[in-house]
Amino acid sequence: MRHRSLVVLCATVAAGALTLTACGSRGSDNKANGDSSSGGTAVTIGVDAPISGDLSALGLGIRNSVDLAVKQANAQKIVPGVTFKIKALDDQAQPSSGQQNATQLVADKSVLGVVGPLNSGVAQSMQKVFDDAHLVEVSPANTNPTLTQGENYASGNKVRPFKSYFRTATTDAIQGPFGADYAYNDAKKTKVFLVDDKQTYGVGLVAAFKGEFTKLGGKVVGQDHVNTKQKDFSSVITKIKSSGADIVYYGGQYPEAGPLSGQLKKTGAKIPVMGGDGMKDDKYIQLANNLADGDLTTSVGAPVESLDSAKKFVADYQAGGYSDPYAAYGGYSYDSAWAIVQAVKAVVDANGGKVPSDARAKIVDAMSKVSFDGVTGKVSFDEYGDATNKQLTVYVVKNNKWAVAKTGTFTG
Amino acid sequence: MHELPQQLANGLILGSMYGLIAIGYTMVYGIVQLINFAHGEIFMTGGFGALSTWLALPSGTSIWLALPLMLIGGILTAVLIAMAAERFAYRPLRNAPRLAPLITAIGLSLALQQAVWAWYPNAKDARTFPQIPGGPFNISSYISIQPADIFLLVAAPLSMLILGTFVRKTRTGRAMQATAQDPDTAKLMGINTDRIIVVAFALGAAFAAVAAVSHGLRYGQVDYQMGFIAGLKAFTAAVLGGIGNIYGAMLGGLVLGLAEALATAYIADVPGMHQLGGGSWADVWAFVLLIVVLLVRPQGLLGERVADRA
Repeated sequence: MRHRSLVVLCATVAAGALTLTACGSRGSDNKANGDSSSGGTAVTIGVDAPISGDLSALGLGIRNSVDLAVKQANAQKIVPGVTFKIKALDDQAQPSSGQQNATQLVADKSVLGVVGPLNSGVAQSMQKVFDDAHLVEVSPANTNPTLTQGENYASGNKVRPFKSYFRTATTDAIQGPFGADYAYNDAKKTKVFLVDDKQTYGVGLVAAFKGEFTKLGGKVVGQDHVNTKQKDFSSVITKIKSSGADIVYYGGQYPEAGPLSGQLKKTGAKIPVMGGDGMKDDKYIQLANNLADGDLTTSVGAPVESLDSAKKFVADYQAGGYSDPYAAYGGYSYDSAWAIVQAVKAVVDANGGKVPSDARAKIVDAMSKVSFDGVTGKVSFDEYGDATNKQLTVYVVKNNKWAVAKTGTFTG
Repeated sequence: MHELPQQLANGLILGSMYGLIAIGYTMVYGIVQLINFAHGEIFMTGGFGALSTWLALPSGTSIWLALPLMLIGGILTAVLIAMAAERFAYRPLRNAPRLAPLITAIGLSLALQQAVWAWYPNAKDARTFPQIPGGPFNISSYISIQPADIFLLVAAPLSMLILGTFVRKTRTGRAMQATAQDPDTAKLMGINTDRIIVVAFALGAAFAAVAAVSHGLRYGQVDYQMGFIAGLKAFTAAVLGGIGNIYGAMLGGLVLGLAEALATAYIADVPGMHQLGGGSWADVWAFVLLIVVLLVRPQGLLGERVADRA
């Protein structure tokens, strides 16, 4: 993996050097490049995800699923005369790396769409770069509502900040309340202790949960914040135990949520931890040292395994020989990539079978009209760029495995 | 206030771990005046050494049998890496300007992290660490502690005792004190200072490995980045206690651990400080404490006992 980023770095440096030398003889060089891709015009779908680091389990699932979509689009010749390629960059869940990757993808003229990123905080750093270049970005995993509906979405003043940003995932404005509804009405919990990791995603999710939970009649008995990469949660756990909470709601990702739950259970407390889609990974149970039984998460969409439309994806993924699982966002990543393929097709078809010179801007327009039956159900976008599919599932840990507790749509 | 006893216990346990790591910083500094920033990574390799030992044992081995072996495996790994680092990274720079070995230490720290990341199987994510079975022990209705905490609460004072005796009673220990006071004179008196420096690195690494095993037992995982934050905290503890003083390192660790636990629990309750409390601000308050102590006592809490430096 290290070698790959080294290769990417070398390639970037080499490409930069080539660009400089190309200045003198532009015409002939471009021609040579065009000829090399004999399978028609090459269109690159960029991927930005944490391929290394704590969240690599999710990131690798995203990359591989996009890779699968690209291979299938090529095999089925979805867009005649166009061969799709994938260019995957690693953001290590860091907003700064995400922005660098966005700049790099924008600079590559063959990139006509990007799938990613995983983290809402990273998305914030990338949106403007992509929007300025009219390059379409489809995230399979970002759930923070402000990304599509602006800072003041909660007060009903929804303004779409970036026209080129779309997502196939449901937002926290739906996920948080859906979780709160389950915690209060189904799990019969009334006293919650809220913990977040101070990141865009975690804070937003906890706020959305808190609003609905208190509206239903539940009580917030305490709130605290932790840092990402924190290992010791003993003080927070002491506070949780003395607060009398009967459930902990955690806004954040599994690398902190897992140890938090494990350390809490080790003290003998039988308080379940609940969270959002960032917690829904098998690694969570491992990091909790297999003490996570009873813990809950909400995750976007219906469980991929249960959908007929997804069975083919799961089979193809396994046949594809990927060494890492497709993880929580595999189906959404596949659909995101497929949406880009469909948008490219619409633009190419309208232009008489050729990729137009202003393809990026046209693809952004085409994206809002994309509609097809994907892995996760119907894929299309509303006026904010959000997925129209608003299904969610509550999972519970049973015998160290995630099991489905409830699937539904939050209606408010 | 019924949280207080538990928060104090949390702080003591966390502080013991910082103290164990801090010994490595303070011993190396006491003898060669080098801040070994790679020490956090030595700590990390100790954890992976112990994990490798566990994985090498046949599955189903009792943790009680495995634990001493894991300790030995972790200590061996950390000590060998520290000795190699001393020999190949620091010794060639012995007479170079002070900044050169410091930069080398930072480079070495990154190199060790990336080496584990790249070559240890599945180390790109956190690896789970074996656990001591058995529930929490309730000492009173207010305090409950884990088996892993007991390991640490026994290991830390024991290590301190062994180290203290070693430094005061043995020939090598006294040679270390002499080298710390004046390396040139010590050399004239026939002390092999090169050997003493290696011993200082090795001892520090051994205690770091003990801390790493307890870290794994307590948090159930080791990962390639765990040395960074732990190392930074331990370095703070060493400075807080008076760098160069081994008892200061342990005291500094305990004070830091307590400060963090209490800041998490109580700062938010102080009127007007609501925004500045809670778990995420613990580090900030720990460093505020460091600044205050250094303003009043620039040499650290126990910094004046120069004779005890080792």
